[in-house]
Amino acid sequence: MTTVDQPALEFPVARTCPFEPPAEYRQIREEEPITKVRLPEGGQAWVVTKHEHVRQVLGDPRFSADRQHPDFPATVAGRRMIAKDDERPLISLDAPEHTQARRAVVGEFTVRRIEALRPRIQQIVDESIDRMIAGPRPADLVQALSLPVPSLVICEMLGVPYADHEFFQAHTTKMINRLIDPAARRAAFESIRDYMDDLITRKEADPPDDLLGRQIAKLRAEGSYRHGAMVSLGFLLLLAGHETTANMISLGTLVLLRNPEQLAALRSGASSTLDAVEEMLRYFTIVDTATARLCVEDIEIGGVRIRAGEGVLALGYAANRDPDAFDDPDAFDIERGARHHVAFGFGPHQCLGQNLARTELQIVFDTLFGRLPTLELAADVDDLPFKDDASIYGLYGLPVTW
Amino acid sequence: MKLIADTGKCVGAGQCVLTEPKLFDQSEDDGTVIVLDDSPQGALLEQARTAVLICPSQALSLLE
Repeated sequence: MTTVDQPALEFPVARTCPFEPPAEYRQIREEEPITKVRLPEGGQAWVVTKHEHVRQVLGDPRFSADRQHPDFPATVAGRRMIAKDDERPLISLDAPEHTQARRAVVGEFTVRRIEALRPRIQQIVDESIDRMIAGPRPADLVQALSLPVPSLVICEMLGVPYADHEFFQAHTTKMINRLIDPAARRAAFESIRDYMDDLITRKEADPPDDLLGRQIAKLRAEGSYRHGAMVSLGFLLLLAGHETTANMISLGTLVLLRNPEQLAALRSGASSTLDAVEEMLRYFTIVDTATARLCVEDIEIGGVRIRAGEGVLALGYAANRDPDAFDDPDAFDIERGARHHVAFGFGPHQCLGQNLARTELQIVFDTLFGRLPTLELAADVDDLPFKDDASIYGLYGLPVTW
Repeated sequence: MKLIADTGKCVGAGQCVLTEPKLFDQSEDDGTVIVLDDSPQGALLEQARTAVLICPSQALSLLE
């Protein structure tokens, strides 16, 4: 292991092909699977690319998730300034504060609770597809299905008026754009934050029977309620609840259309949609560099010494294409058994809403391809507007016809 | 084989319930794991192994 003063490679590396990780990922994983890179603000961090090592990093308390820490590796220039100390989100907390905060809300996301939402999610999907069918062809699947379904579902769960969705979707798009000016990104962040601040204040007056209202009542009863923490929780759930699932609906539809034999196996019931969903999550790993950590106590991983104060990017996308964890990893194969992927992260911060996402995706694909068996792309793949500039990968539009 | 869950480590991701609802449930209150059958046999034992492998907080183990 050699360490040069200034690593040659800068992260994050943009995706150039929608179906393959950047070439650098494979190269690093094969040649020096834990290696130092430069960050946009000029500092350095380790990138970790093997499945085994990514799980180790994300599961070990010697790595902190504290995004407010001055040494935390910032993968987007100016990102750190968008956090307020009294509103540290769940994703920035470490144990034991994290354990307590997560347990307060995770009961809302159990497999059983999500299962109970299934009929309403089905109804939302059916109505979205009804509207798409009634409209002109080709249709943009992103506007017709990918955005409205998860957005409506999370709005109803949280008790956020869906009428405001255009407002927060527009600001979210800016907030996760890596290429726009940090001041504009911050302004977008502040707009949604202020919106959530107002909403939480209104709910505090008489907590309604929705997720945020129930949280307010529960934490007040326990004597641990803090307004700022609830604003940041509402913000996180709203953002994570619509943006990620929306992108997976678009990309999942695209990859199934490109693999007609596998799609036929799904339609006939020979393959399971939930297995297909796991494989899509692995294959695209749309949230990749969010799983950054700060080493707070020296540790050796994969023969490499990582020291306290050094940043680490646990690259889920590289891990999910690691041949030691997945045979023929670059093939899309819904039968492979992909459940050990790290697309939802790993360790105590693994995605809180993962079972909601799975259920939404399963219902969307079953219903979409069930009702529209002749669905096809209405554009060349090369012409599709992929989100090369966003820290959550996806599609800005997906023209389809039937 | 004895299936053991460390509820202190559990983060309530629900991956075990998704793997095998005959073996696992989650607390309504804080989402942590409840083991329904701590001596799984046959196919259920295989499901238990999968759950142990996938658990994000490494809260599950199988003891000889």
